[in-house]
Amino acid sequence: MATDLEAPVEGPRPGADEAEVELLGVTRTFGPVTALDGVTLRAARHEVVAVVGASGSGKSTLLELVCGLQAPDAGSVRAARAVLMPQRDQLLPWLDALGNAALPLRLQGVGKAQARERAHALLREVGLAGFERAKVYELSGGMRQRVAFARTLLAGAPVLCLDEPFGALDAITRAELHGWLTEVLAREPRTVLLVTHDVEEAAVLADRVVVLSPRPGRVVAEIAVETPRPRPATADEVVAVRARALEALAAAGGEAGGAREAGGEPG
Amino acid sequence: MLAALLFLLLLGAWELYARAGNVDDFILPAPTEVGRALYDDRGLLWDNLLVTAQEVVLGLALALVVGAALAIALHFSPLLRRAVYPLLVGSQAIPIVTVAPLLVVWFGYGILPKLVIVALVCFFPIVVTTLDGLRSVEPEQHKLLRTLGASRWQAFRWAEAPAALPAALSGAKIAVAVGGIAAVFAEYAGSEDGLGHLLLQAIPQLETPRAWAAVVVLAALAVCCFALLALAERRLAPWAHRRKDPIP
Repeated sequence: MATDLEAPVEGPRPGADEAEVELLGVTRTFGPVTALDGVTLRAARHEVVAVVGASGSGKSTLLELVCGLQAPDAGSVRAARAVLMPQRDQLLPWLDALGNAALPLRLQGVGKAQARERAHALLREVGLAGFERAKVYELSGGMRQRVAFARTLLAGAPVLCLDEPFGALDAITRAELHGWLTEVLAREPRTVLLVTHDVEEAAVLADRVVVLSPRPGRVVAEIAVETPRPRPATADEVVAVRARALEALAAAGGEAGGAREAGGEPG
Repeated sequence: MLAALLFLLLLGAWELYARAGNVDDFILPAPTEVGRALYDDRGLLWDNLLVTAQEVVLGLALALVVGAALAIALHFSPLLRRAVYPLLVGSQAIPIVTVAPLLVVWFGYGILPKLVIVALVCFFPIVVTTLDGLRSVEPEQHKLLRTLGASRWQAFRWAEAPAALPAALSGAKIAVAVGGIAAVFAEYAGSEDGLGHLLLQAIPQLETPRAWAAVVVLAALAVCCFALLALAERRLAPWAHRRKDPIP
């Protein structure tokens, strides 16, 4: 079923362990502020890498570098084509759910009927059957994030950059979407960079958790998570990873490692 | 509801003052006199309304086309924006009333100078609101569209143009209120018909009730145009009337 749903993923695949995202000693400054300082980070094909850090640790900057929206001041960024999923869904209110999901196809020149047909199948996949014609303002926050994720998937890029995708949601919806994302990624595996300041979210979803220090953003810890997904938030390893990440954040001076504040962060 | 009550109250006071104060009709006709003029002169008012309505509607349409095109040009070219925007703002200080006779000299007695004057008065709010609409697309949205592979044109087509549509119509709603006045001035400057022409003739002839009747018709025209634009906005841009961020 997944085969006719997924957009063709581009490019030859040399090997499963080939890094699809590779940042080497990346530094990015904005005037007097150093957002990222010598950050080295790799993501293998279909690996889910969570990047955690307090506000001001340059997490969003990191994603924009990977997406090619910014260039590093020093170091190198090499990445397969990456699509951004911003914290605020940025759905277009003049399109219905289907139209929003189909947007990347339309931008690639796919005809309206065909684009909507493919988006239709994917919306069913992400649990939005029956809401295809719903206006954006008729959808709940969780549904909107699902549409936004469907849109991200349909772009057909091998790398997904998720910037606090569940940051604006309540805890219950967020937990629900964690399970949902795990399922969807099992069916449609992609390389994922997940930026969050929720350490538990990172431990539940990621294969590897990268901890950034605030201003300047430096990698202060990298923690692998071995337990296969789906993993409950109460799993021993999740709890342990969460604790280690929080320790690393505290040591780095992160003031709000486990905080679940919904606010965005600059840069 | 309250507005209607207040309106009736004011109307009553006016009626009372005009009758009890024994004021001459040509100074201040009572509302009932105006009402009678509305009825007696209905044919005359209707014919002239059609002329003025045509000027207002076509002038506003012209303003929308020119205003939106200019806003798009200013949006796409920062250089043009820096060069033209101040001039545009300055141009609004030109008293159109005094320019109107010149336009009649240039364009004659037909509908053309009227359209130009109505459009001149109406296009400024349209340019301002349309430009704001085009620029209301968030930087985050632009970033997202870029990663989805959108070209500059596609960003305009999918995000900026739809965002600007309700804004342009809002500008037109502001403009239509003064559009009627512009049409009257244009007719004052030289015309053979229209509500402005009717006013121009009725006042020196001391047909004050008829003049007031023309004003009432003019007001009704503005209200109708406004309501039509509001309706168009609702139909064309229903999203603009919804809350942007429902609770998750």
